Amino acid sequence: MASWGEASESRLIGKRITRLSGKDKVTGKAKYTFDINRPGMLYGRILRSEVARATVMGVDTSEAEALPGVKAVIPLIEIGNQLRYQGQEIAAVAAETDDIAKDAIRLIHVDLEELPHVVTEADAMADSAPQIREDWAGNQSEPNIREDGNLQAGFTEAAVEVEATYHTPVQTHVCLETHGHVVEWEDEQNLTIWASTQGVFGVRNDFAQHFELAPNQVRVITEHMGGGFGSKFGPGIEGRTAAELSRITGKAVKLMLTRKDEHLVAGNRPSMTQNVRAGATRDGRLIAYDMKGHGTGGISSGAGFPAPYVYHVPNLRTERVNVAVNAGNQRAMRAPGHPQAAFAMDSLMDELAEKLGMNPLEFRRINDANEVRQAQYTLGAQEIGWQRRNNVPGSGSGVKKRGMGVGSGQWGGGGGRGTEARVTINSDGTVEAVTGTQDIGTGVRTVIAIIVAEELGLAPTDIMVKVGDSQPGLQSGGSGGSQTTPSVAPVIKTAAAAAKQKLFERIAPMLEAPVGDLRVGTGTIYVVSDRTKTITWEQAAGQLGMESISEGGHWDEELRQNGAAGTQFAEVEVDTQTGALKVIKIVAIQDCGLAINRLTTESQVNGGVIMGLGQAILEERVMDPVTGRMLNANLEDYKVPGTFEIPEIKSIVFDTHRRVTGVGEPPCIPTPGAIANAVYNAIGVRIRELPLTPDKILTALAEKKA
Amino acid sequence: MSDKEKKQGTSISRRNFLKGVGTGTVAATVVPSVLIGSEEAAEAQAGDAISTATIQLNINEKMYEVEVEARTTLLTVLRDGTDTSGDNVDLTGAKLICDRGECGGCTVMVDGKSVYACMMLAIDAQGKKITTVEGLANGDDLHPVQEAFIQHDALMCGFCTPGFIVSSAALLNENKKPTLEEIKTGLSGNTCRCGTYPFIFDAVKTASRKM
Ligand code: FES
Ligand code: FES
Repeated sequence: MASWGEASESRLIGKRITRLSGKDKVTGKAKYTFDINRPGMLYGRILRSEVARATVMGVDTSEAEALPGVKAVIPLIEIGNQLRYQGQEIAAVAAETDDIAKDAIRLIHVDLEELPHVVTEADAMADSAPQIREDWAGNQSEPNIREDGNLQAGFTEAAVEVEATYHTPVQTHVCLETHGHVVEWEDEQNLTIWASTQGVFGVRNDFAQHFELAPNQVRVITEHMGGGFGSKFGPGIEGRTAAELSRITGKAVKLMLTRKDEHLVAGNRPSMTQNVRAGATRDGRLIAYDMKGHGTGGISSGAGFPAPYVYHVPNLRTERVNVAVNAGNQRAMRAPGHPQAAFAMDSLMDELAEKLGMNPLEFRRINDANEVRQAQYTLGAQEIGWQRRNNVPGSGSGVKKRGMGVGSGQWGGGGGRGTEARVTINSDGTVEAVTGTQDIGTGVRTVIAIIVAEELGLAPTDIMVKVGDSQPGLQSGGSGGSQTTPSVAPVIKTAAAAAKQKLFERIAPMLEAPVGDLRVGTGTIYVVSDRTKTITWEQAAGQLGMESISEGGHWDEELRQNGAAGTQFAEVEVDTQTGALKVIKIVAIQDCGLAINRLTTESQVNGGVIMGLGQAILEERVMDPVTGRMLNANLEDYKVPGTFEIPEIKSIVFDTHRRVTGVGEPPCIPTPGAIANAVYNAIGVRIRELPLTPDKILTALAEKKA
Repeated sequence: MSDKEKKQGTSISRRNFLKGVGTGTVAATVVPSVLIGSEEAAEAQAGDAISTATIQLNINEKMYEVEVEARTTLLTVLRDGTDTSGDNVDLTGAKLICDRGECGGCTVMVDGKSVYACMMLAIDAQGKKITTVEGLANGDDLHPVQEAFIQHDALMCGFCTPGFIVSSAALLNENKKPTLEEIKTGLSGNTCRCGTYPFIFDAVKTASRKM
């Protein structure tokens, strides 16, 4: 079984190494799908519904077709069918310029017969609500019920109880590169697609199936991509539409979603409402948990979340339903279900601890079976200065009040089988590492280079890494579930080791030493028993002549591990006159196993914290019940964190073992709960609904006074 | 037309110079039937013969001659424009992200000051010195801001990065030694969804020491 070796033996692994794509990204040379310009390329656009629910009575595309520069107009919905949410596709155009495509979209006339809609959970669940989904009575799925232990007995044993409702709204992904593709058919049987995707092979297989082609007739390229966060796994309607427009016109077509489309149809994090009653014993054990919850994942998708979260409760009953509304469907969003679950649970934990008169950290220690998090509680408390928090919430003096809170999270990220990779050593000493994964911004290219360079005694910049292309036919899975590095790393490492072994076999005779005595140095190969026998890497590779060495790798359980615990501490300052909330500091301690690249791992943790911060204080999809539209489908009214919101962030890469665990998602989980608890500690009033906006804070303060 | 039958207005037409006036809010708070009026206006506009002009632009110290419509933005020329000689301008570093002056992804320098290229009409950029992210480096020598962004890993997916690089360079043109608060203010017009801000702040500080 392979191992990553001891930290002291690692020259590169675990160090801070700048990313290989850095230069291309800072000079504007990096080409994203959005940047691909093909000869004669057309621009595609989609006409979308502006109403939440209607029957399509007619679509007249004749004027659009007549507009000079328009090359194709295709319908995307059949007459008589129902539009079920704002943003749903009606028709598409391809034109010589994007401006002409925009004009053409305006020239398509649509006759609609509007139907009653519901766009909020409350409206959907009301007794008089129109039925918008035939198979869900009252617009709700069958309840998902879970029972454990004896709830009644649990509550009898409880010394304190809390009953509360926690809510998080729908949040959207806001990928800065919108979803989109450039599609070009070489002939009727072969097409190339540049896709902004998290799954090159998934997209390839989808296109192949859709157009009834063999998978190798479809090439998907994703050299760089501008953010996905879980929302970019398939081609979607827009991808297939681009391919159709390209097929009809015989020209390459670029079709990127608009910013508005992106908010409406490209996925979101479902909402969550939990009505919880929970109890704890006098000595601080969680003993009973009764939760009824719901959420909406849009018109036809679910809204799951784990509850209870992280902490064990022996006696419980949970009941959860999905609610349908006339709005775009959810898609996986960074740690699906977890941040909202953690917010509710961490708030509940603090409420129970207060009733017990217990320090919330102490209460967590009693109920948390995870040893990694136990260690994180200690470290985090030191880092934030936990002893400075208000013993009595809201007891600080002055207008601006400070407080501290803690939150927890748990994720898998252990990777899995299914990646194929090759490491090639050429006689000129160059080394290539090829696999079908994609770099969605996490820096997997650099991770691959580091692993190969460590194995071969080279520098990461010596390794030519090729990812994001289906053509070499080396499969890899989609980049989701924090699985990329743990899935790819073992295969790359074993491929590099196999290539090294082959090279050793070739040069052992020349060095007059047994293969087992050869080692790599830094840019050298030497005989361990006789260091005078040392040759440079180039000399060694030179022995290969015309024949390169090219080796594949394999999955190895021992090189990765599932399970990543996280803890975060927040310090906030609340202006009690304006309701303004300033997050001062976040300490994020993230278990990640072996961090191959400490620098990019820190970036990931920072990024997770900032997305969690956005969810905590800013982000909410606002639907207008009357018109059925999203009121903030832009970047002005849907606010994501900007420079002014960024607190001091101390990201601590808590590498507890020498196996790889993915870390893309977990750092966004504990943030909202930690911030919400800190706000409570500052002002002494609990806000049980995200985002923690000034209006909610002022209302809460006013109610406290009253 | 019966009560129930509605014509769909696709969106209120807007010329580029009207960007950012909050059309989203207007569109969302009126009932669909009211939109028909604006839709007709949009049709009229779209149907008008579109006149074009040939202009010259100085981009990264090179002169380009491009044919533009009145509504063509500087960003459209940079990304999608074709020089009258037939070459694509193909400066795709600046990105269109929000299309209305909210994100800074399209930031370029015009006469040394940072400007949202999605908000500037191409015709208004005539006679000015335009620098894009592609024009910041001196041959192989990267601009100190570019060096520092790599060193501090101030980028992840990198889609926002060109905008941040240009804004940072413009900030340091005006303020050689910005404090953290001044950096935050200087870059407040740029958005990053991957959350690279902490390392961006570090990078700008490092770059300011080197300049
Ligand atoms: S695209 Fe220009 S500011 Fe967002
Ligand atoms: S690095 Fe991805 S948006 Fe900034």
